[in-house]
Amino acid sequence: MALPRAIDLGLTKCRVCGLVAAAGPDEVHCARCNHLVTVRMPASAEKTLAWLITGIILYFPANILPVMHTSTVTGHEDSTIIGGIIEFLRSGSWDIAALIFIASVAVPVTKFLAIGLLLWTVRRRSVWARHERAKLYKVVEFIGYWSMLDVVVVAITCSLLQLKTLASAEPRLGIVFFCGVVVSTMMAALSFDPRLIWDGPAGAT
Amino acid sequence: MSVPEPRVEKLRRRFHLRLVWIVPIVAAIVGLTLMVHSWRERGPRVAITFESGEGLEVGKTLVKYRDVTIGRVSQITLSDDRTHVEVVADLVRSASDLAAEGAQFWVVRPRIGIGWASGLSTLLSGAYIGVEPGAGGGERRTHFVGLEIPPPLAHATRGRRIVLDAHDLGSLGAGSPIYFHRLQVGRVIDVHLDDNTGEAQVIVFIDAPHDKVVTPATRFWNASGVDLDLNADGLKVRTQSIATVLAGGIALADAPSGPDANVAGPGADFRLYRDEQSAMAPPDGEPHIIRMRFEKPLRGLAVGAPIEFIGVEIGMVTSIDVGYEPKTQHFPVFVTGKIYPRRMGLAYTTMLADGRPDTDDFLAVLTGQLVSHGLRAQPRSGNLLTGRLYLALDFVPSAGRVTFNPAARPVEVPTVESNMGELQAGIAHVVKKLEALPLDQVVNHLDQDLTDLHGTLGHVNDTLLPSATQTLGTMHEALESVDGLLTTDSAFRNDLEQTLGDVQQTLRSFRALADYLDRHPEALIKGRATERGLPETTAPANRDPNK
Repeated sequence: MALPRAIDLGLTKCRVCGLVAAAGPDEVHCARCNHLVTVRMPASAEKTLAWLITGIILYFPANILPVMHTSTVTGHEDSTIIGGIIEFLRSGSWDIAALIFIASVAVPVTKFLAIGLLLWTVRRRSVWARHERAKLYKVVEFIGYWSMLDVVVVAITCSLLQLKTLASAEPRLGIVFFCGVVVSTMMAALSFDPRLIWDGPAGAT
Repeated sequence: MSVPEPRVEKLRRRFHLRLVWIVPIVAAIVGLTLMVHSWRERGPRVAITFESGEGLEVGKTLVKYRDVTIGRVSQITLSDDRTHVEVVADLVRSASDLAAEGAQFWVVRPRIGIGWASGLSTLLSGAYIGVEPGAGGGERRTHFVGLEIPPPLAHATRGRRIVLDAHDLGSLGAGSPIYFHRLQVGRVIDVHLDDNTGEAQVIVFIDAPHDKVVTPATRFWNASGVDLDLNADGLKVRTQSIATVLAGGIALADAPSGPDANVAGPGADFRLYRDEQSAMAPPDGEPHIIRMRFEKPLRGLAVGAPIEFIGVEIGMVTSIDVGYEPKTQHFPVFVTGKIYPRRMGLAYTTMLADGRPDTDDFLAVLTGQLVSHGLRAQPRSGNLLTGRLYLALDFVPSAGRVTFNPAARPVEVPTVESNMGELQAGIAHVVKKLEALPLDQVVNHLDQDLTDLHGTLGHVNDTLLPSATQTLGTMHEALESVDGLLTTDSAFRNDLEQTLGDVQQTLRSFRALADYLDRHPEALIKGRATERGLPETTAPANRDPNK
């Protein structure tokens, strides 16, 4: 059977100091820390959607534009994320290719899909697989930390590979957009109020 | 325990609900701007066909003009008939003017020749496509045929393009240097056959500011290889530079004889001469054909043999034919030659002075006059070792009168026999003289003398030699006995030594006497004065006078 929700009991909690308070119809402030106390995060779904759209928009230039420019004596080269993965695959380093693929393609796309799914189900007040969706949200939050792998790789490469005329690497605009994607998806995950998953028709789990 | 009541405050308008939408809007604007920017940057897409796609890579090979990247290869496909490769390249917008009529594309690869190298940077970086725009104002095009060899002139080099007519290219090729006073002033940019004349044409480019040295009087000659010249002055070796020796080259200089000298074919500006000598020679003018008939076979006369007019080479033999006269069963030899009357120099100029044109008709009239004064063609031996003949046009006073047909074409020059005949006659004369010598008699006498000599020698052998042997034996014995006398322990030698000792003693005594007498000359009269205390040693001295 379904556990009772705080909202059903007319209670709410300050998100900062954890003070439990009676849920009011209006926006109220915490009696202890004066922080805004709301029953649900205000406009959570809307904010999440905005950040999600931002992330999806930024994802295109992040992949189309080169993320790094390497110049060696054998020539200059702009590498994109996908191009780098293909290059590693061709040169036989499938493990590095897989790592980059997971960090730069699989993870962001998964996050888009996951957040999109959460938003969509919440909007429909669906009762489908609530526990699993709650887990999905945790996963999205967790992998958010690792999304910056690409950015870190580029940053390290560019700072280490500086041999003047022999070889040098410098970041290109693509990595800025990729940064934007990561930030946007993290913001989307942050804006999402997981309690929304449990709203809707009571009783169903 | 009661749940604490939160404080209710005055409602504030929540702008951030809408504010969050600024983020995706900004992202969309940035993305759109980028797209528009890259779309605006995109120039025309051109297709270039090449023989091969060696060194070209999709997405990597660049298109460069003046070493600035203006595009990138986006696609490489084989043509439908598989005879060539089609390379599609995207150019940047700023280079869209380049993709117009007349633009040339080629693949820059490392190329190394003798004395030059290009595209060495592509050794490491890989090939790229070079482009050279056509003359401005051409129509835009998207399909180009790529050059297999880079154009020799890049980026509108200033200078002058000159076409040379050449019979023989030697080792010239595109890139061969051109020298003026051994300074490189240009290079050969193309070598091809002229469609009309079938002659080789060399297109050269003289770089500014050296193009000013080319005047109508300039002569060009092939300076390839080494020019060896062995003459009375000794051995001369002439070269331009080592690179020229290996790769060929062209030298140019002003002719001493003036500007009207250069006769080049149609479509050409100048003629390329074989060597410096022929380049600097006075102009040959129009060649004329002459024909000569010889009754005797002409062994040693070859096509190309020189024709000389009183010692000046004015032409050469172009063909030798054997004729046949059925009536007399005779095989005359017809020799056709090409002569350049202008090579006679002043003589011909003087003859032409009265304004008559330099035509075959004039030559016929002139030849007629000269023939009446004894001009004949005569094969002469040019080299006794090889037996080579040349044709001499010379005045032969002893030649009989001939009829000259001034209407015959080619002009016919009467001939006389080879001077080899005279030489042969001379040799025959010498041989006859030799034959007349009484050789048999001489040999007989010589034989008799030799027999006598043999007899004399036999006599010497029989009589003189034995007595000589005997004399030598006696002499040997005498020498041996002398040897015996002189040995250390012989009696003769002992006696001799003793005798010599006595003689020595006697001489010493005599010297003492002489000294005494020198001091006491009166002793000779008074005798020895012993009271004066003379030394004892003088005692034997006064014994001597008593002796």
